[in-house]
Amino acid sequence: MSATLLTPSTLESQWTLPSRGRVGMFCLIAAESAIFIIFVVAYLFYIGKSVSGPMPRDVLVLPIFATICLLSSSITIHLALSALTREQPGAFRLWWFVTFALGAIFLMETGIEWHHLIYDKGLTIRTNLFGTTYYSLVGLHASHVIVGLVLLLTVLMFSLVGRVSTEHKERLDVLSYYWHFVDAVWVVVFFVVYILGR
Amino acid sequence: MSTDSIALNAVNAAPRPWSAVVHSWVTTVDHKRIGILYILLALVFLVIGGIEATIMRIQLIVPHNHFVSPQFFNQMFTMHGTTMIFFVAMPIVFGFGNYLVPLMIGARDMAFPRVNAWSFWLTAFGGALLYLSFIGGYGLYGAGAAPDVGWFAYAPLTSPTFSVGHSTDFWTLGLLVSGIGSIGAAVNFVATIICMRCPGMTLGRMPLLAWMNLVMGAMVLLVISPLTAAQIMLAIDRFLGGHFFDTQAGGSAVLWMHFFWIFGHPEVYVLVIPAFAFISEIVPVFSRKPIFGYPVMVAATVGIGFVSFGVWAHHMFTVGMNSYANSFFALTTMVVGVPTGIKIFNWIGTMWGGRLQFKTPMLFCIAFLFQFLIAGLTGIMLACVPFNWQLSGSYFVVAHFHYVIVGAILFALFGAFYYWFPKMSGRMYNESFGKLHFWLFVIGFHLTFDFMHIPGLLGMPRRIYTYEPGRGWEIWNLICTIGVFFQAAGILVFVANLARSLLSGKLAGSDPWDAWTLEWSTSSPPPEYNFAQTPTVASRRPLWDLKHPEDPDLDL
Amino acid sequence: MPGGKTLSCVLALFFARAAFASDSPKIPNIFRPESTPADQIYTISNFTLIISGLIFAVVFSLLVYAILKFRRPVSTDDFEPAQVYGSNQIELAWTVIPVLIVLVLFLATARVTQSVQDARPPAAAVEVTATGHQFWWEFRYPALGIVTANELHIPVSETTSPSPTFLTLLSADTDHSFWIPLLAGKTDLIPNRKNSMWMDPHKTGLYVGQCAQYCGTQHAKMLLRVYVDSREDFEAWVAQQKRPAASSESVVAGRRIFEETACVNCHAVAGTIAEGRFGPDLTHLMSRQTIASGAADNTHENLKLWVKEPEAIKPGSLMPAMNLNEHDLDALVSYLETLR
Repeated sequence: MSATLLTPSTLESQWTLPSRGRVGMFCLIAAESAIFIIFVVAYLFYIGKSVSGPMPRDVLVLPIFATICLLSSSITIHLALSALTREQPGAFRLWWFVTFALGAIFLMETGIEWHHLIYDKGLTIRTNLFGTTYYSLVGLHASHVIVGLVLLLTVLMFSLVGRVSTEHKERLDVLSYYWHFVDAVWVVVFFVVYILGR
Repeated sequence: MSTDSIALNAVNAAPRPWSAVVHSWVTTVDHKRIGILYILLALVFLVIGGIEATIMRIQLIVPHNHFVSPQFFNQMFTMHGTTMIFFVAMPIVFGFGNYLVPLMIGARDMAFPRVNAWSFWLTAFGGALLYLSFIGGYGLYGAGAAPDVGWFAYAPLTSPTFSVGHSTDFWTLGLLVSGIGSIGAAVNFVATIICMRCPGMTLGRMPLLAWMNLVMGAMVLLVISPLTAAQIMLAIDRFLGGHFFDTQAGGSAVLWMHFFWIFGHPEVYVLVIPAFAFISEIVPVFSRKPIFGYPVMVAATVGIGFVSFGVWAHHMFTVGMNSYANSFFALTTMVVGVPTGIKIFNWIGTMWGGRLQFKTPMLFCIAFLFQFLIAGLTGIMLACVPFNWQLSGSYFVVAHFHYVIVGAILFALFGAFYYWFPKMSGRMYNESFGKLHFWLFVIGFHLTFDFMHIPGLLGMPRRIYTYEPGRGWEIWNLICTIGVFFQAAGILVFVANLARSLLSGKLAGSDPWDAWTLEWSTSSPPPEYNFAQTPTVASRRPLWDLKHPEDPDLDL
Repeated sequence: MPGGKTLSCVLALFFARAAFASDSPKIPNIFRPESTPADQIYTISNFTLIISGLIFAVVFSLLVYAILKFRRPVSTDDFEPAQVYGSNQIELAWTVIPVLIVLVLFLATARVTQSVQDARPPAAAVEVTATGHQFWWEFRYPALGIVTANELHIPVSETTSPSPTFLTLLSADTDHSFWIPLLAGKTDLIPNRKNSMWMDPHKTGLYVGQCAQYCGTQHAKMLLRVYVDSREDFEAWVAQQKRPAASSESVVAGRRIFEETACVNCHAVAGTIAEGRFGPDLTHLMSRQTIASGAADNTHENLKLWVKEPEAIKPGSLMPAMNLNEHDLDALVSYLETLR
């Protein structure tokens, strides 16, 4: 009987394929990117087409502080994971917490901005095309931030009871891809809404 | 060496209470069971969708018929299209893929078994939600109404102004939910095929079915998302007062069309590429030759995957885009026909010089080849923009896409059913009844869909609950309706054959077709763990190598 | 059965009311074009059909040949045939040839697309603005100052002095599509968007079509009738449409009912207080052969039924049942029948 089937071979030890977690997360990011692209296209298409109501340049203020917070959180999550590799659980927890906090600050700033837009400027999702597309795009991004924060918080809680160690590095890497994706989307949204759209 | 002796012999196990059986199926994460669940879900919806079609065809058998009201007819064509695409074709494609891919690549299961199960249940729930509309569509105001906006739900017909009540919301939400399930399934397909192949199985040695499911999975990730995004926008319009598609506020009806068809066109390739996969596995075995031009088949499939994202506006040639845009999309649509045609030639090349066996699976594959050829050619006709200005929105288009979905995809699926039924159930189906199903269905299919092209050429638009006499449409509508009953008879024979064979068919053994890919090395049905030891392969056809050690399969 | 009786009734009425001699609508066969856009489409369609037919013949023959020649013979020796994996030359051949076919087909397509779509209206063109409604057609002739509904009159276009009709297509609500197969391909009417199309019919007569984009419940009965008139007939028709509404003492009661109930909310009658735009303009209602956008012939019984119970003719249309008593209904219909 030929030895081509059903025998463990030396080949097996050299047979390495990409990790499922990474590939799975890239697939998810691809799908999410497609959703965001459609919302961005709608936003771009409707720039200047509102029939009435407040226009972007009348009401939008560049959210510089919030942006700095969110983009820095990409750096801090990277620092956290480096600390984990070097087996420094304390540093890991610290940087992980800072990441979470920066994300939470971003979300809070978005909330403050929206409160201002709704109550002071009279811009709601039903006011005009700008309102519809703005709240939808920024809201879609914010919902992804919320999901990310929930995941970050879960990991934080596990690490506080000492259940996170170097063996989880790969899974946390995969989680960080999601977080980096959320930050990258913000770069695009910021550019489209606050720079191009105004 | 067979693995039969290693597998548990199910016949000797003590019978379990039915509640335990149901529980094990509901909580399963085994890809084979999830695959079968998807297939069963699809079969149930196939029957429902078929009834909806039959109702429509009876209404259209003569002009000015009063079989159903216009409102009900409009719900029928909406539900028929939505059901068939999202709750028959997608699940059945995921079902076969789920069952076969891990077995064919020598893996234990899919990459994410629990996500796999979750995706199936989301799809099932989405279907249930859609059908809840029949009793819940008008909300509090008495009996419900199913959505009646057409399966592509053009704006602003779907706006709250023109779609009163909640019927459209059932459409939106049911599909949103099942769409998330589809994305979960796609993530699984891609991760499994990339990360879980057995040693020795390089990408160039995977069965073509695995390649095609990889391309399909990658496409689903990018294709369902535009629909999801558009439906979220529609939900924002309907529930939160948004204006995405509100033409009175400056919104654009055409933007919905773009978003929908950016989903809609690649979606039909998502459905047909797995059909190509079945043909590519079945035809070689019944021709006794390897697939002709494996690398070209892979390249053509990947090419189709890419180009199919650039053709969507051929559904919008009548919308008033400028002549440059129209010509661009005509070009891309014709271009995508080239790799598609190459595949047809390669399948014929596989048969050429072989020793053809006309068992039921092969009969369906041969019919596929004839019918897909015709479907592709009517597609080329539709790609010609000026011709499209006459044909679009008419029964010619309805005939064309049913030719693809029924004549090509469903026929390939029937072939797959008969081919892998012995593997999934351990039993052989009855060959004579299989052939009876084939001939009944071929006659019915051609009666209905060949002659359906003609009313389109004579000016009959689609989605009309009745039509005027004296325009030359009556005789063709009559013939189309008659064909439905042959198809229904075929389906009855099909279901009866499979049901009876499940209970008392001849035992199939692990390899009834003398085939060459890894799934045929397991018992029928395979054990839960698939392979006692992870196989190692040295070619595309490991079982051929085992059976013909003097003439091993080449990696050409 | 009800369908059969309705069928023969409609047919009988149809032939009985032939106001135009050659009035039987021709079967809307796209392969019998009678206008330049439809002609050009016909030519390229034939080209496409021939190419498709040739491809079909070649592949079909190969397939049939393969099935017949390579059937496994009923013999006992069971050998496997030669395992052929592919051939680069053959793959090249059947890639290059289809690419060339695509190139040729594309160039022909692009040329005709441009020729039809980018045509500019000559000075003698008749301009019509068509607005799609759920479930009727509004036709305005801005240069001539007339408005009508559902039945379009256009002049025949002679090759020596062409007078094509250019339509601007708008929509008041959902998507619609204007399709008269013998005269042109279809073009959609989309809200918040202006589309255009043209036709230059070579022969007089009645051309039928209907809405070709699903627009709601009564999409099926949003029928179209295009009357291609000779120059003289067209001028006569225009002159008649330009006249203000007929007013007659004998129908004062009916006119009062019309103007005091909800009719005026939706309908307009030129020269009266009725200026509603939601429904068709009724100034010259009796110059039309059908009502309810072709759903019924324009007879006394049908008019009465339409006002009393629209659901009987076109269930789901937006015309409400007017809930008039029999006496008022008769008076109203008498008034409507004076609107020639």
